[in-house]
Amino acid sequence: MSVDDLRELYQEVILDHNKNPRNYGELSDASYTADGNNPLCGDRLTVYLKLDDNELVNEVAFTGKGCAISIASASMMTTVVKGKTVKQVNDLFDKFHKLCTGESDEAELDEFEDEIAKLRVMSGVRQFPMRVKCATLSWHAVEAAINKKDTATTE
Amino acid sequence: MNVAVAKVESDSTTFNIEAIRREFPILNEASEKNSVHFLDSGASAQKPDYVLKKMDEMYRTGYANVHRGAYTLSQLATDAYEGARKTVATFLNAESVDEIIFTRSATGAINLVAGSFGRAFLEKGDEIIISEMEHHANIVPWQLLGEATGSKLKVVPVDQDGNISIDTFQSMLTNKTKLVAVTHMSNVLGTIVPVRQIVELAHANGTAVMIDGAQGVVHSKVDVQELGADFYVFTGHKLYGPSGVGVLYGKKELLNKMPPYEGGGDMIEIVTFEKSTYRDAPTKFEAGTPPIVESVGLAAAIEYIENIGQDNIEIHEDNLLKFATSELQKIPGLSIFGLSERKAGIISFNVEGIHSHDLSTILDSRGVSIRAGHHCAQPLMKKMGVEATARASLGLYNNKEDIVALAEGIKFAKEILT
Repeated sequence: MSVDDLRELYQEVILDHNKNPRNYGELSDASYTADGNNPLCGDRLTVYLKLDDNELVNEVAFTGKGCAISIASASMMTTVVKGKTVKQVNDLFDKFHKLCTGESDEAELDEFEDEIAKLRVMSGVRQFPMRVKCATLSWHAVEAAINKKDTATTE
Repeated sequence: MNVAVAKVESDSTTFNIEAIRREFPILNEASEKNSVHFLDSGASAQKPDYVLKKMDEMYRTGYANVHRGAYTLSQLATDAYEGARKTVATFLNAESVDEIIFTRSATGAINLVAGSFGRAFLEKGDEIIISEMEHHANIVPWQLLGEATGSKLKVVPVDQDGNISIDTFQSMLTNKTKLVAVTHMSNVLGTIVPVRQIVELAHANGTAVMIDGAQGVVHSKVDVQELGADFYVFTGHKLYGPSGVGVLYGKKELLNKMPPYEGGGDMIEIVTFEKSTYRDAPTKFEAGTPPIVESVGLAAAIEYIENIGQDNIEIHEDNLLKFATSELQKIPGLSIFGLSERKAGIISFNVEGIHSHDLSTILDSRGVSIRAGHHCAQPLMKKMGVEATARASLGLYNNKEDIVALAEGIKFAKEILT
């Protein structure tokens, strides 16, 4: 692991999302909420979702504490799932997961070109297998919320 | 004894750290590619050549199952295994070798006390006192016991510096208190708990005491007779020995009153389908094939540290802890958790605006290994008002360079992250 890998992991965009997380706070009238727990490190996030009549994500927010990677990833997640259908959120989660683990190739990501372009800054975690769970914690939670489960763990 | 350790005197200035470091292969082999600043011995310590060779030698020349075969190899293995028990008994100054039970870990030993002593002697409404700075391994077994028996858990609070109040502890003892189970040394704060006083007060109340020595035995000399505790547990892998072996010391008269914990081979006298009878301690508590070579490895680790001298190790680690504390305190925004007057080789800390996981990743890029997270002590984290801390823990092989690398790494992390 080199200093370049580290700079790749902790890019300006990520540090900015960590310091000024978007959509941070509770949604009092959320349709669904779910907690994301990483039992290994104790990080906990709660994701709040509001769906409209067409089952589109109308509003999304999160609260919680965690490392820079998990907070930045949660913040970015909220910016890309807004306006998506339940199926699209599930698909995005799958693609994002593959992006973080290095399983995906570029072509496969075309469907959500704009979203993946945004999320690609998180792909630096590939060099840090122990940190993939940090990046995916909020996604596990949003997946649980949208599929009407109460909690998600990264285990 | 055949240990290639440079002769050390009782004075720390002659403690030959460079010679000691050469005896730990991982510090040398890995360092050809990368510098190794291993500061996570509190989670598990590295192993010296002496231990590795003893274990390898047993597998190659003296291995078979123990207590079974009427042939030479089995006798050799049995002698080595029982010899290891004797080494542990002498190390703890136990009154009898029969007071030493080999378990799979310290956790295994605590669960044995809960499952045997706890289930046999605790009833609904009885109380167990623990401290607020226990490892999950010294919390959850008592909760499981409570679910089975209706016994209750009472928790002695920890103050800001990481100490427990003996007066508060004393006031919590009642005629319902059947067991006190406390750590000898906090794995998060480094606090050395005044266990001698705790044992005295508990015994005056007619209460049995179990000490969790997973960290304590590594950093200070333990004499179970002087301490007087009814049970003392520790693990091999934090004491420079292998994983897979732990020790339960128990007073003989208590062990003999306790029912078996697990059933299986070796622990029985006679088995029929109607009823079985059991052997005396320690065999009663060692069902199945025990961690044979691991126990021998643990005994080798004990020989290794005794040859260096536990006093020398303590002095070395104390000096290093003082140096590390003062170096870290110079870093703006860094706060240390646990500043007890009586603490040993562990420093937990956080740096303002930096999560310990990010810090750990960045330190790792510079060859510095530290632990980040809740350290299996979530209730204590909650009390301190944090989700996680960074933790540097010292072993006998650490030197000032390790501490300087840690401090420089923290400064580098601040550059990267801010």
